[in-house]
Amino acid sequence: MIPQKVDYKRAGSVAEALSLLSANPDAKILAGGHSLIPAMKLRLNSPSLLIDIARISELRFIHEQDGGVKIGAASTHHDIVSNATIRELYPAMAEAGELIGDTQVRNVGTIGGSIAHADPSADWPAVLLALGATINVEGPAGAHDIPASEFFTGFFSTALEEGEIVTAITLPAPSAAHQSAYKKFMQPASRFAIVGCAVAIVADGGTITDAKVAFTGVSDAAFLDEAVAAALIGQPAIPETIEAAANAAAEGDIHINEDHFASQAYRKHLAKVYAKRALVEACGL
Amino acid sequence: MQHNEPDRNNNAGQEARRDFLKQSTLLTALSLTPSVVVQAAEKHLDEKAAAYFEQVTLKLTINGKPYTLSVEPRVTLLDLLRERLNLTGTKKGCDYGQCGACTVHIDGRRTLSCLTFAVMHEGQAVTTIEGLAEAGPQGKLHPVQEAFIRHDGFQCGYCTPGQIMSAIGCLREDRANSPDEIREYMSGNICRCGAYNNIVDAIAEVKKGGQKV
Ligand SMILES: Cc1cc2nc3c(=O)[nH]c(=O)nc-3n(C[C@H](O)[C@H](O)[C@H](O)COP(=O)(O)OP(=O)(O)OC[C@H]3O[C@@H](n4cnc5c(N)ncnc54)[C@H](O)[C@@H]3O)c2cc1C
Ligand code: FES
Ligand code: FES
Repeated sequence: MIPQKVDYKRAGSVAEALSLLSANPDAKILAGGHSLIPAMKLRLNSPSLLIDIARISELRFIHEQDGGVKIGAASTHHDIVSNATIRELYPAMAEAGELIGDTQVRNVGTIGGSIAHADPSADWPAVLLALGATINVEGPAGAHDIPASEFFTGFFSTALEEGEIVTAITLPAPSAAHQSAYKKFMQPASRFAIVGCAVAIVADGGTITDAKVAFTGVSDAAFLDEAVAAALIGQPAIPETIEAAANAAAEGDIHINEDHFASQAYRKHLAKVYAKRALVEACGL
Repeated sequence: MQHNEPDRNNNAGQEARRDFLKQSTLLTALSLTPSVVVQAAEKHLDEKAAAYFEQVTLKLTINGKPYTLSVEPRVTLLDLLRERLNLTGTKKGCDYGQCGACTVHIDGRRTLSCLTFAVMHEGQAVTTIEGLAEAGPQGKLHPVQEAFIRHDGFQCGYCTPGQIMSAIGCLREDRANSPDEIREYMSGNICRCGAYNNIVDAIAEVKKGGQKV
């Protein structure tokens, strides 16, 4: 289908994008367009104005910062997976990014677009949760930071306020014994995660001293599974620990998605299986 | 108010609509509907008559030729190529990013022309399947085109322009070093006729021959 009529402005700077956004409440930010354009074609979304941020150079960068990495919101999935520092420091980022859609999608889709869109099956949200990322946001009230753990608030919902845009994602410096991994069971055509699990652990002298385990695809929004983390911290990094921790995945008071790819029971099962695979890899077992 | 938050109103009709949207989104697998789906549906944003829409002047280089066009922002690059410029070599398979039939190169990167608006590419260079062979009736085909013919890399041919544009990308990115790697990095191009084995052979042969692509 053909979208509704719409105006178009290419913003040259973040300031220009923000002022266009505040002057046009029905406007939408356009980055890669790989989630927004399909929605516009389906007439599920009909903004009056598109504010194109894809070519704002202050939004497209990847640089090291305080031992971690800061990624501009308009960086494409391809930019991220081809960055040597990211690959070295955060294996989970490379594993997740390489399996987003296909090369054509990765050449255009952006990390800022992915997290602002907050598809319940998107890959980046789980990885950003596990790595303890910070989302850098700018809006009418100025710039501020939102921890990833407070950013994904529900089904296609985020903590972004009206008129705000994501400017960057900051990944904290990994500690010496940090390891991360991402494993997903994917929809075979789109490759969206039916279940995706990201883990980040710190294992000091064989003992797990810190752990974060996050899921995507399982519920309305990506989430940190505290029960799995609790079953890991303080325990030796051995198969028995992983088995017990993975079995705690997606239990408790969590709404589990269901569709014709996977029932609730199967998704729950997959969460345990993929938690185990990600943990085995992160622990080097 | 939360920007991406659906209306928390407990009205039964709205709840039912939300549930429907939620269901249908998950069912489509390729979850395409953004947050605002819900907002749009509830506020009837899509019925709002917008005041004034401009045609945008657009300069593009297509297959080496400069164009100055006047286009509506909502026109995809694919529709511009096919409907306005008569470059019908680029195919529309799904129109939603899933099949790869519309693959073209934009500034050298393989890109889905159905999921990008033409106006987003001001000043950029687009290459389509029509831009590969040497000019003129006796013009030599591109090495990848020749390899597809030699290996029968198609049956009906509908996916072929997209496959060939994507294959050139795959070779240029140095992602054609084994059949498995070729399959992985060609995964965005679907062939309903199932010519995959021959497509992989064609790409592997060009890689082995070391021709410039
Ligand atoms: C065939 C196909 C397969 C895919 N497979 C996967 C997959 O396997 N895994 C996966 O995770 N994703 C997948 N995707 C989604 C893809 O990663 C999208 O590119 C991504 O979700 C959206 O990024 P974008 O830059 O295209 O955003 P756009 O479509 O431009 O924007 C999406 C939404 O975010 C808003 N937005 C964009 N940038 C910002 C910003 N900086 N600040 C605030 N709001 C912003 C827009 O207004 C819009 O509402 C797939 C997409 C396609 C078409
Ligand atoms: S027509 Fe563009 S991907 Fe199918
Ligand atoms: S040759 Fe028919 S779809 Fe590929």
